Amino acid sequence: MTRLSVEGAVCRHGLLTAVRGVSFALEAGEVLCVIGANGAGKTTLMRALAGAHPLAAGRIVLDGEDVTGLGTHARLRRGIAMSPEGRRLFPDMTVRENLMIAAENGRAGDWTLDRVLAAFDQLEPLLDRPAEKLSGGQRQAAAIGRALLANPDVLLLDEVSLGLSPAAVEGVYRALGEIKETRAMTMIVVEQDLTCALNFADRILCVTEGAVALEGRPDDFTRAEISNAYFGIHEKESADA
Amino acid sequence: MLDGTAQALIQGVLLGGYYAIIAAGLSLMVGVVRFINLAHGDMAVLGALVTITLTQVLGMPVLLSILLMLPLMGLLGWVMHAVLFERAMKGGLLLPILVTIGLGAALQNAMFGIWGSDTRSLGADIGSLAWEGWFLPGGIILGKLPVIVFCVAVLVIGGLHLMLRRTKLGRAIRATASDREAAEMCGVDAARAHRAAAAIAVALAALAGVFLAMRAQVTPYSGPAQLIFAFEAVVIGGLGSLGGTLIGGIVLGVSQSLGGLISAQASLLTGHLVFVAVLIWRLGRDWSADHGGWHAGLVAQLARRVGRRESGAEQ
Repeated sequence: MTRLSVEGAVCRHGLLTAVRGVSFALEAGEVLCVIGANGAGKTTLMRALAGAHPLAAGRIVLDGEDVTGLGTHARLRRGIAMSPEGRRLFPDMTVRENLMIAAENGRAGDWTLDRVLAAFDQLEPLLDRPAEKLSGGQRQAAAIGRALLANPDVLLLDEVSLGLSPAAVEGVYRALGEIKETRAMTMIVVEQDLTCALNFADRILCVTEGAVALEGRPDDFTRAEISNAYFGIHEKESADA
Repeated sequence: MLDGTAQALIQGVLLGGYYAIIAAGLSLMVGVVRFINLAHGDMAVLGALVTITLTQVLGMPVLLSILLMLPLMGLLGWVMHAVLFERAMKGGLLLPILVTIGLGAALQNAMFGIWGSDTRSLGADIGSLAWEGWFLPGGIILGKLPVIVFCVAVLVIGGLHLMLRRTKLGRAIRATASDREAAEMCGVDAARAHRAAAAIAVALAALAGVFLAMRAQVTPYSGPAQLIFAFEAVVIGGLGSLGGTLIGGIVLGVSQSLGGLISAQASLLTGHLVFVAVLIWRLGRDWSADHGGWHAGLVAQLARRVGRRESGAEQ
């Protein structure tokens, strides 16, 4: 069953076209990793999916419903939640309050505060600490926990490993792996760390200059093919080299 | 002399309660919505005139008039934000200022058209409360009305604080104030949170207007002066800080009251001077923090000027 489909999405920042006709479809429970160099348009694509950036053309369909015209909060209530780049926690609110916001305004479902604390056990002793006093890994855990508490059908995770220590990255992906195993949630993960992305994804989507350069299962491609697409190196240039 | 000073101090603290109520709404708008409503004082006067009309024309008890007026003014705040302020906020920094100046002028003229230019008061409708007080040792008199206004101010600010901390709406308002887009990503309808804050702010302004009409007289053109007092209390207490608003109101009230000991004319002037002093102190503190302290900042400024003069001499 198709959970989410993106059809010819085009996004602009003023005169600059950041996303150029991106299309893909995801089944329920599938995990897609979006990879690409800095400035490739990954974050703009994610923001467009969440409703935080308008589409200049194309459409986004969730469970058969066209959600293109809906705002961010309305999309969350339809089932698309996002943990944005930079985590974007509310710094002067406690971790508990940050989590409660999504629980109160999101959808009812299996993800409760207790379940989030079980998935990210480092959060429990931090519940009453202001979010601004958390480490990078703790912030990422809180941001993902906050998105999960909205009980989404589609979870968008932007730059999961950015700025985290290897141990923190491992912890976050361990928790995400457990969620993935349940196949209850479709995930789109923007990841700059190719190894993490290839290990975690069911499918990868490589974006170069806003357009899809490569799409498929990680096993379908060699590391060199993925690297070439990642850096926008065309086959001819690669052969010449 | 000492009794007079103590009396002035107490009166000033109590007067600060009124300033805190009118400033609390403004502080909420500035801190949460990032919107400066220059018609805030006119909203206070509108609330007062509506209450006076309900009481004196329709014959309702004062308390019932207030209870009826507050939700009406809250609704007005909600609608104004939805149809006017939200659109103005999309037009950059200048447009909200121009729009609310225009709104203030329109409100003043509309109130003049409806109620005329006569001064009006609720003093006669609250009976002995307007003038009765408690006599304390040392000849100090505590007016009942100022004490009630101060208690209401503490309750209002404490209630607002609790609402922002403990309720779903409060958390949504705080999240929206912190990061509107991130709040939307958590399912918060930011526009709705802003409208709710605007409704609370206008209702608070109207409540302050009622207290103004109880202790003094109002005309359709009394609003701008009340706006200035509200602004001064907000700036003295710290922008967007509710607890600071109460302190700011008290500092302003005490300043005016102590200034009144010098002369009647010095009362308002003293309040304004304290406001300017606090503003200069805050700006200086921020400048110092930005330049690594007073000493380092002044040395850097001096070095820059000397360098500029020397390069000018070489040319």
